[in-house]
Amino acid sequence: MSDFEPKVVAFVCNWCTYAGADLTGTSRIKYATNVKIIRFPCTGRIDFMLLLKSFANGADGIIISGCHPNDCHYTSGNFHAKRRWIMFKELMDFMGIDMKRITYSWVSAAEGARWAEVVNTTVARVRELGPYVSYQKMVNTHIEEEVTNE
Amino acid sequence: MKIGIYPGCSLEGSARDYNESVFALAKAFDIEPVQIPDWNCCGATAAHNLNKELSLALPARILALAEKHGVDEILVPCAACYSRLVVTKHELQKHPELKNRICEVIEMDYKGTSKIINVIEWIDKYIIPKLEEKVKKPFNYKVACYYGCLLVRPNKVLNYDRVEDPQTMDVVMSKIGATAIDFAFKTECCGAGLSISRTDIVSKLSGKIIEDAEHRGADAIIVACPMCHSNLDMRRPDINKYWNKEFNIPVIFVTQAIGLAVGLTPAQVGLKRHFVEVKIS
Amino acid sequence: MARIGVFICHCGENISATVDCGKVCEAASKLKHVAYATEYKYMCSDPGQSLVKNAIIEHKLTGVVVSACSPRMHEPTFRKATAEGGLNPFLCEMANLREHCSWVHEKGEATTEKAIDIVRTLVEKVKRNAALQPIRVPVTKAALVIGGGIAGIQAALDIANCGHKVIMVERSPSIGGHMSQLSETFPTLDCSQCILTPRMVEVLQHPNITLYSYAEVEQLDGFIGNFVAKIRKKAKSLDEKACTGCGLCITKCPQKKIPNEFEEGMGFRPAIYVPFPQAVPNRPVIDKANCTYYIKGKCKVCEIVCPTKAIRFDQEDEVIDVEVGAVVVATGFDIKRADFFPEYGYGKLKDVIDGLQFERLASASGPTNGEILRPSDGQKPKNIVFIACAGSRDPAKGIAYCSKICCMYTAKHAMLYKHKVHEGNAHVFYMDIRSAGKNYDEFVRRAIEEDHVNYIRGRVSTVYERDGKLIVKGVDTLLGAQPVEIVADMVVLATAGVANPGAEELAQRLHVSYDSHKFFAEAHPKLKPVETNTAGIFLAGACQNPKDIPDSVSQASGAAVKVAALFSQSELTREPLVAAVNRFGPPLYSTCVGCFMCQPVCPYQAIEREEIKSRDGKVIKSLAKINEGLCQGCGTCVALCRSKSIDLYGYTNEQVYTEVVALLNDY
Repeated sequence: MSDFEPKVVAFVCNWCTYAGADLTGTSRIKYATNVKIIRFPCTGRIDFMLLLKSFANGADGIIISGCHPNDCHYTSGNFHAKRRWIMFKELMDFMGIDMKRITYSWVSAAEGARWAEVVNTTVARVRELGPYVSYQKMVNTHIEEEVTNE
Repeated sequence: MKIGIYPGCSLEGSARDYNESVFALAKAFDIEPVQIPDWNCCGATAAHNLNKELSLALPARILALAEKHGVDEILVPCAACYSRLVVTKHELQKHPELKNRICEVIEMDYKGTSKIINVIEWIDKYIIPKLEEKVKKPFNYKVACYYGCLLVRPNKVLNYDRVEDPQTMDVVMSKIGATAIDFAFKTECCGAGLSISRTDIVSKLSGKIIEDAEHRGADAIIVACPMCHSNLDMRRPDINKYWNKEFNIPVIFVTQAIGLAVGLTPAQVGLKRHFVEVKIS
Repeated sequence: MARIGVFICHCGENISATVDCGKVCEAASKLKHVAYATEYKYMCSDPGQSLVKNAIIEHKLTGVVVSACSPRMHEPTFRKATAEGGLNPFLCEMANLREHCSWVHEKGEATTEKAIDIVRTLVEKVKRNAALQPIRVPVTKAALVIGGGIAGIQAALDIANCGHKVIMVERSPSIGGHMSQLSETFPTLDCSQCILTPRMVEVLQHPNITLYSYAEVEQLDGFIGNFVAKIRKKAKSLDEKACTGCGLCITKCPQKKIPNEFEEGMGFRPAIYVPFPQAVPNRPVIDKANCTYYIKGKCKVCEIVCPTKAIRFDQEDEVIDVEVGAVVVATGFDIKRADFFPEYGYGKLKDVIDGLQFERLASASGPTNGEILRPSDGQKPKNIVFIACAGSRDPAKGIAYCSKICCMYTAKHAMLYKHKVHEGNAHVFYMDIRSAGKNYDEFVRRAIEEDHVNYIRGRVSTVYERDGKLIVKGVDTLLGAQPVEIVADMVVLATAGVANPGAEELAQRLHVSYDSHKFFAEAHPKLKPVETNTAGIFLAGACQNPKDIPDSVSQASGAAVKVAALFSQSELTREPLVAAVNRFGPPLYSTCVGCFMCQPVCPYQAIEREEIKSRDGKVIKSLAKINEGLCQGCGTCVALCRSKSIDLYGYTNEQVYTEVVALLNDY
């Protein structure tokens, strides 16, 4: 498993974390290549079903990151995201999804170094956990079953 | 709640009076602090300048011993010991690897479960609530509360009282009828560890504290640190010689003052051991 | 059938040094629906942009992916180029290969692979982009200026002189701000009141300016060009039209022992008062918290003596809505008071005062009529110590920044003292002298060389009282860290400038960001120092950080120009990246079930209720409807909608789900 390179998807808001990740670049701080960013206007826009979609498509880890509390460009989007996240997290945990694979963080536009740290710690953690095949297998078997039942 | 006491070297030596007053006061209030068995030196004042690991290992062993004997709260009357113990607890809590390393050194488990309290906190928690019914002779004097350096510093770690102008001892003293004067030298340096090597500096610095207290009309200086006490009391002949004055204001431990107020005799609280005669009783 | 063009930028060597651009280009050209892929050294240059334009025409492209730097940098550039190529600008997406790839990874295969993944994701997204039309919104050509200090006054006058309406809201009974409290100003030593009061009067008399004093902004809704501000006009207990400002009520008010805020607590004022003689408007207000009538229910002396019967005890606060197109925030600053400094006596020592108090002592209209007399006993101080950087540049006090104005005003204070008390000695303890500015350093030199102010470089550890004198213990670091002890009669602390109390709440009400010290945050520290992150709201003066008068005035004029530029058009165009509820023909109309869970989560109150009615007026269905003028496109409603009936243009469900799939799968 030593050559395992985890795939990590990052869902970030445009105003804080995306800009923070831009700053990581401008400051030339290096981090793992495993993370790829998808831009959203606000964490409030992030539909958490996207997480399941990501795992089903082979993601091994996920980062969700937006503005710090009270810093939301849209005033309260990050609060709504957090509230929904608290519920959704419970549900996913109950369903048996490995929550250690998900990082929920706040990275501001001024925290370039912090973004690199969030990425690196997440990648290191997911690397240790190994590929998330159990979820993909479960999803695929379920689909196959449905197909055969028809 | 099991209360332990860590006396440290001075309370068994130069500050026996302080030790006697703490135990006499505890007895008067039906508290029995248990001395932590097999205690060792806390490392003050030199260890942290010479060997960081040693300076943490020494207090860590004391704390580990306290935990081993199920002590919930450790009363540390000496301000220097108090500072070393609290700083060590803080460092080990902040750096888990360091904690593991220190545990290896002392060959004991350390969790950081015991609470460390200084003498003012102890008085505040266990003596003050029952004080009113026990006060027999109100301590009707003007006092200058002298905190010294280690009782409130480093403030970020201790998180105790306000660092530039502490108040806790003033409040405690007011509870036994004393009037705490507005004293500018509460946390000025007494000369501390230079007591042995540079008595001239101690004479100068301690002299300033004594001079200001007398000038403001205080009847006594109240302290809670054996080092402060020895510099202000034991070094008085040197101070008087240096300043060419006859300062005779007594220096009294906070526990002695409360002891007198609740009816203990001067002998019980160790007043006879002082160098400067205490005419208050 | 989609035809996508992919344009890979080398950004000089910024991208190509670590990403193999040739390989990315090759991989991109093999992607499904990619009709054209190319690479170029500087895509943002003129030839680079032409490359995009020409390719759109030549290859009949239906979408463009520019793989270059962050979209936060060049998205507008390439959207414009796309439009010039004849394609809807919203059919252009940017793949961030620089900030998110080449700059943060080492050269290698993995980096190139990641670049390809990013390009593929954006190609899949752009295929699903819709051709969107910009939203046009009207502009209300009136500005709201919050705060009536020198910055607010300057901004209001400049905007009004451009021919636009201005509404000025001032929290206290008079405009003028801290500048009206100052005695004389550096570096010219001209009297503050003399240069300020004509401008205050100008504000009052300007036909384009409406002044609401003793009022506060309670709420701000809307967006650039179309704000609605809720203003609470606090009850002055006065009919302003009837009042002539004769001042009889003020002299007769029996309650005279209220600490005077304008005099920084060094004088008293009655319960009905004007803050200072030159106040604008020069009409009194009743301080309800201290008025005997309001406390005990009887007195009414002012009502009895008023010749024009202008007192109105039953007056209530009035809340009004005003429509404005832009907002200038000029709420100013505050200073730390002496009680913040335990080492200097916690404010217990009466003769340890702050800079503003010294201004009042030195002011000809102040409590001592301009004589420097110490507060405790009214004696003239023979020895005075000024402590610069009290709190500032002191991380232990939580204030790491330099308050900027103190070096200069301390030099001024020492000078004023020497000019008034010739035989006195002035000492200044300082860390560094920061006197950058036109004629500033010369001013400080004058204080030292001509007025013989004793400057001591070092900090003061403590100030305490002994026998009626203040003992100041410090250090002289230029004399080998020698301890210095000065027996002083008075000590003046140049305390740190801090944000106004209530600044944080105001920032949250206005939806502008603020820093950890509660100062309002500019949109960009260098290139947008006047703008906030919220379009249409601008900053002026010391609400952003401590500033002196020339800086505040310059920034206020800058803010005024921004407002004037905004008002130069009658319509604004906005990006159409807004949310919309889906709509179909009958019988479904929409998948929206009318639960309206989206309504409370919308930060902009942009979600309305729409009723679909039959011809005879019967309600068939209630639906959510999004006001695209108010919607800012955060998408919180989209993620929340239980029936997935809302979507966000630019970030549709289809687009984001496709992005996830494309990112994780090789096609």
